[in-house]
Amino acid sequence: MMSFVSYLVNGISLGSIYALIALGYTMVYGIAKMLNFAHGDIIMVGGFTVFTAMSTAWCPVWLSVVIGIVVCTVLGVVIEKVAYKPLRSAPPLAVLITAIGVSYLLQNLALLIFGSAAQNFTSIVAGMPPFLTVLDGQAPLFFATAPSGSKAILTISMETFLSIVVSLVIMIALTLFINKTKAGKAMLAVAEDKGAAQLMGINVNGTISLTFAIGSALAAAASVLMCSSYPQISPYTGSMPGIKAFVAAVFGGIGSIPGAMIGGVLLGVIEQLSKAYISSQLSDAIVFLVLIIVLVVRPTGILGKKINEKV
Amino acid sequence: MAMLSIENLEVYYGAINAIKGISFDVEQGEIIALIGANGAGKTTILHTITGLVGAKRGSIMFGGKDLTKTSAHKIVSMGMAHVPEGRRVFAQLTVYENLMLGAYTRKDKAEIAESLETVFKRFPRLEERRTQSAGTLSGGEQQMLAMGRALMSKPSIILMDEPSMGLSPLYVSEIFDIIQEINKSGTTVLLVEQNAKKALSIANRAYVLETGKIVLSGDAKDLMNDDSVKKAYLGE
Repeated sequence: MMSFVSYLVNGISLGSIYALIALGYTMVYGIAKMLNFAHGDIIMVGGFTVFTAMSTAWCPVWLSVVIGIVVCTVLGVVIEKVAYKPLRSAPPLAVLITAIGVSYLLQNLALLIFGSAAQNFTSIVAGMPPFLTVLDGQAPLFFATAPSGSKAILTISMETFLSIVVSLVIMIALTLFINKTKAGKAMLAVAEDKGAAQLMGINVNGTISLTFAIGSALAAAASVLMCSSYPQISPYTGSMPGIKAFVAAVFGGIGSIPGAMIGGVLLGVIEQLSKAYISSQLSDAIVFLVLIIVLVVRPTGILGKKINEKV
Repeated sequence: MAMLSIENLEVYYGAINAIKGISFDVEQGEIIALIGANGAGKTTILHTITGLVGAKRGSIMFGGKDLTKTSAHKIVSMGMAHVPEGRRVFAQLTVYENLMLGAYTRKDKAEIAESLETVFKRFPRLEERRTQSAGTLSGGEQQMLAMGRALMSKPSIILMDEPSMGLSPLYVSEIFDIIQEINKSGTTVLLVEQNAKKALSIANRAYVLETGKIVLSGDAKDLMNDDSVKKAYLGE
């Protein structure tokens, strides 16, 4: 029982990280109608930036995280301006290939600078006691280290807890931003009809930049959480979570923001539970199998809307 | 000086010359109709005026500025609104949200609230449906929403593209009445219509377009009695 809870919580935690990344995919798809396959590598850049900042002696953890977010945000906007904007009216395939090219560019730049070996990432909450420890037959301990020699039947690490809380706060903030602010409404309008949005006086290019900025900032946040939970970083760190988050976005219905959140969390839970109960080697295969089944049953994903065009 | 003045406008779609050197003026307070068959270039002209399509040559002077050199999103705040063909309301958003997007470039909250009230007075049905998503409205209601949304920017001139398209005859008459009311309350109207009869019946002046050129222009009443117009566009 306790082990199930532990798997489930870890799954939710991993899933919240996927959800943060998936939000970037889905928002960019919704607004620029393109799949930004370089999004996963933004995570890697975020991870390395925070890693580098933290290894300098003077830089405190919080500042390293801020630097990571700023670098990713700027990078996302610059990539859009340099690589994607000139292709605004090009066929989707050209944009897709460009995105893959940007992805390889970032990976190879990282290879050049950091080398191919994985490096140890120090968790941003290193040294802190676990969030929750349950010892057999005793009251649960919060934020406390279990006495040495005792045997814990359930431990939820600080990293796991932090991932869930941070993701939740970010998702609530993002939902409020989109539904309550003028800039958020402008994003929804651009997602639906760029021309009509322009006729309202909305700066479409500005809105697309803002979307890339937000998506990349979320990717940076995800990178910090992910590298803290799974404390390694290499130039390929971003690719698998990137693909999984893309699956999560499709799973939830690409273009749908709540869909990305639900898809991400579900994916994380499915992955962790299959690792625990079926096979850790097959867990990725199971994740993709579930995607295929969902798409066969509901081609638009869980929350994806059918497009009805009224003429 | 005319409020909106178009001079030698040429527009291309790739190699295709859609607008072949058109000039016309719109004076303050007028209703001007652009009529013509499908593919004559009526919609392209409106799209070029509000910057959705780029011009190859020529100028579009409005408020002392050449709109061909102005970014599309800055045109609304200069006092020009565009009700696009096919209405293009934001289907996923509510009626209220659509209207507020119409006021996107305005800052003063009290003035926006005032405009909203005016729009609701003109289109009571929109007030009844304010929390409904725009995609669930009927065609006529969507047309009203598109017009209301344009009015929310408090324009001095409003461009309307095929407002009667796909509507029942009852709605068509209602929409044309509303266009006249909007004009009477001080807004200049540039109207593109395939329903030439209706358009000429409310317009002051009109221009007849054929494959990217103006072939005829004059007082709407005169054009209504013109034999070639009668034959080609009025079905008489």
